[in-house]
Amino acid sequence: MSDLWRLTAHEAHEGLRTRQFSAVELTQSTLDRIDAVEGAVHAFITPTPELARQQAEEADRRFASGTATPLTGIPVGVKDLIVTGGVQTTAGSRILEGFNPPFDSHVYEQIRRAGAVMVGKTNLDEFAMGSSTEHSAYGPTHNPWNLELVPGGSSGGSAAAVAAGECIISLGSDTGGSIRQPAALCGVVGFDPTYGRVSRYGIVAFGSSLDQVGPIGRDVRDAATMLDAIGGHDPRDSTSNPEPMPDLRQYLGQDIRGLRVGVPREYFGYGIEDGVRASVEKAIATLESLGCTVDRELSLPSTEHALAVYYLIAPSEASANLARYDGVRYGFSDRDASTMWENIEHTRGSGFGAEVKRRIMLGTYALSAGYYDAYYKKAQQVRTVIHREFEEAFKRYDVIVTPTSPTVAFPIGAKTDDPYAMYLNDIFTLPSAVTGLPAISLPCGLSDNLPVGVQVIGNFFDEGSVLRVAHALETAIGFANRLPEIAPGTP
Amino acid sequence: MTATATRYETIIGLEVHVQLLTNSKMFCSCAADYSGAEPNTHVCPVCLGAPGVLPVINERAIELISLTGLALHCSIAPFSKFDRKNYPYPDLPKGYQISQYDLPICAGGYLDVVTADGPRRVGITRIHMEEDTGRLLHRVDPVTGEGYSLIDLNRAGAPLMEIVSEPDIRTPAEAREYLVRLRQILRYIGVSTANMEDGQMRCDANISLRPVGQAEFGAKVEVKNMNSFRAVHDALVFEELRQAEALDRGERIPQETRGWVDDRAVTVSQRTKEEASDYRYFPEPDLPPLRFNEAYLESLRASLPELPEAKRNRFLALGLSDHEAETLVETRDRAEFFEALKARIGGDEQRATKLAANWVLGEVGRWANETGQNLADLPATPEKLAKLIQMAEEGAITAAAAKEVFSAVAESGEDPATVVEKRGLATISGDDELTAVVRDAIAGNAQAVADYHAGKESAIKFLVGQVMRATRGRADPQKATDLLAAELDSK
Repeated sequence: MSDLWRLTAHEAHEGLRTRQFSAVELTQSTLDRIDAVEGAVHAFITPTPELARQQAEEADRRFASGTATPLTGIPVGVKDLIVTGGVQTTAGSRILEGFNPPFDSHVYEQIRRAGAVMVGKTNLDEFAMGSSTEHSAYGPTHNPWNLELVPGGSSGGSAAAVAAGECIISLGSDTGGSIRQPAALCGVVGFDPTYGRVSRYGIVAFGSSLDQVGPIGRDVRDAATMLDAIGGHDPRDSTSNPEPMPDLRQYLGQDIRGLRVGVPREYFGYGIEDGVRASVEKAIATLESLGCTVDRELSLPSTEHALAVYYLIAPSEASANLARYDGVRYGFSDRDASTMWENIEHTRGSGFGAEVKRRIMLGTYALSAGYYDAYYKKAQQVRTVIHREFEEAFKRYDVIVTPTSPTVAFPIGAKTDDPYAMYLNDIFTLPSAVTGLPAISLPCGLSDNLPVGVQVIGNFFDEGSVLRVAHALETAIGFANRLPEIAPGTP
Repeated sequence: MTATATRYETIIGLEVHVQLLTNSKMFCSCAADYSGAEPNTHVCPVCLGAPGVLPVINERAIELISLTGLALHCSIAPFSKFDRKNYPYPDLPKGYQISQYDLPICAGGYLDVVTADGPRRVGITRIHMEEDTGRLLHRVDPVTGEGYSLIDLNRAGAPLMEIVSEPDIRTPAEAREYLVRLRQILRYIGVSTANMEDGQMRCDANISLRPVGQAEFGAKVEVKNMNSFRAVHDALVFEELRQAEALDRGERIPQETRGWVDDRAVTVSQRTKEEASDYRYFPEPDLPPLRFNEAYLESLRASLPELPEAKRNRFLALGLSDHEAETLVETRDRAEFFEALKARIGGDEQRATKLAANWVLGEVGRWANETGQNLADLPATPEKLAKLIQMAEEGAITAAAAKEVFSAVAESGEDPATVVEKRGLATISGDDELTAVVRDAIAGNAQAVADYHAGKESAIKFLVGQVMRATRGRADPQKATDLLAAELDSK
């Protein structure tokens, strides 16, 4: 019974449904695992064991009364960018330290309704700005595959927690790759749905036209199960898609013969590591052997511009989104100041970290009078060009397959002094992010004993095709739910 | 013609902010009517600018601004959007205001005003939608003597439209006239209470002078902080003179913002152009653009009431004087009461028009002034009042009695005939009864009789007065005069 934390959500659900164990036992197993490895991994900012036990008891009552869902009783980690009523929500920032929200985000409401058990709020780069989870005001998260490496980011805590067995599924958010890249670096599945598929209500805003919540799990089925629970229309988010979401699990276990797969040649440059290339090539060959038509002639020439587009639009939106943190109404406030303006300046000066300040300055500059046309407006125009390229491609392909990240996990501290090198780590996740397309990352092998992720990008609101291909590929590769051994006694 | 008008031409443009009469705020479900409420009781996470919240457009506000645009002859943009206006201030919870920058909902309209030099058409540049800010309350600690500020966010997020005029206004009197006409229209179409005193309508003025005959405009001074039509007028008079004197001295007028100080009757410099903010407008990513179709606009057009100008022209055509027509259309309920009354009186249209106008401008208007109530709440409905007028016209009651009956009906809502009967107010019809009263008057007023016989014709008026008093106004004054003359002359 002590290894219950190793189960996937669908395995755990089967055990709960057939009364092999209770939700309280499953949760306790996960909490014990957290006690054992959290000191080494540091996946959480705020663990919530009391709440978890309470929700587990409630879950057991739902199994008894026959109102359980596939998520009922499943231990879940929630990225600390997601507002959870009554539970501190920091966004990884000192400026929100102690902020206890009086309301729930849509996604937290949804997983509670489904009966999930929240074991804690996971670590992230401050305000989701980063690719390594090193830019957290609460210390870095360590990669469970090698504790000296980063887990990726910004949803590094969510990915590491799933890989380390500290929760079974987690919620992350993706603005430029923040679900997929850490999922790749931690050897788990991360799914960034179509922009508008999941309500952003209660997601601490970073880049509003890019932010999207999605699941991180140990296999494709678990990711689909979580997206089923959180997706769909929410009138509180005007950018939420009004169409009802189909039952996504119907796409799992389907034949993918005859599906058209595009492999864009631009996605094999940018310093891609040989091990990553080899692993992804193997996955592409697997797709061919499964009967897909793979076309390697696809070209998406604007790919390289996605980075510039992203680093103009996301910081511009962030410069406005983060203006509300002034210490007046909530969160951290520097009370030693002698005037109102000094109070606001000091609060922001010591409340925000260096990367956040860098992006606020970038965005403020890009929107300034005289620079707007050259930067923000130009970026939006190029964004449209990238959008059109994908639109054209999806007339010919059902999915596009690429590596998720050019590298495997890198050492903590390796890129913190070189923001541009850090930004380049998202080069393969940025184009679909600025377009709003659905994209999943799933593990496709190891390189130097570190996981490599392959990315499957689908057309707008065609999460079905993405899941169909990802599930078939996962089955053929056989990597699902492979968890690393965490050296006992490490820091 | 003002004192400076021979040397300089005054150019004025007005920016008017109007709070819309919606049930809820612009982007959340808080009640929009916060008047008299305790500070910070009409607030929610959305209008408090909590992390992660999102705006949802109030559809009714969009209807009201579109109606305003149609009433002011604007074109309604088929495609419009919201933008973020960035500036830090503690009364602005998000650090940006959701407003509209380059694609306002309404543009290119006009408002006709009547000026001392005849009619003038003032162009409306644009009308855009935005959210209101909160309010800062500045206090002084009675013990320490230190100043501090409190924030009330009840008003934050209330729907506000800004109506920007072309620089077509030439005198302070015209500016006031523009505001009066604008307020009249806003109230007619029911989009706002448009009270300047309680801030439902706010006005900033741009004013510049140029030498007569010069084509280009002089430097523009923006005047703020005017809380009544009178203040707008007085501030503009002050500015006109201040700028003319400066120009006379050969000084350059700096482009700046000045504040009107009401108790000192002066404007003072607040900030110069160099200190002006860069608002870094960019499209609001949380709200999809607005698209207006013709069917929607057609239904709005159909719901517009007849506007004051059209009504005034129609009333003039009925034979009313300028003054009568103007006064009748001043408020919509007065004009509508007049029309209802005229219709109930019926018969010859000119006669009905005259009678209805006399009553509405007389007794009915007096009642409204004295009680401060709306005519819709007057118990003497047009139906009852028409009956009363009919009785007076037929001689069943005298004019004096009619006023008394009106007061009674306005109080109780009783039927006029019932009041006449209960109070015995019917005109004395029998000659015998009146002759007896006449003889009593002659017998009791020897001095007046003597004066009459001495050739003082006016003495008979005194005696008529005595008769009227004795009959409590029920005597026909002409008949009383005739009878008195006959009695006196027969002596």
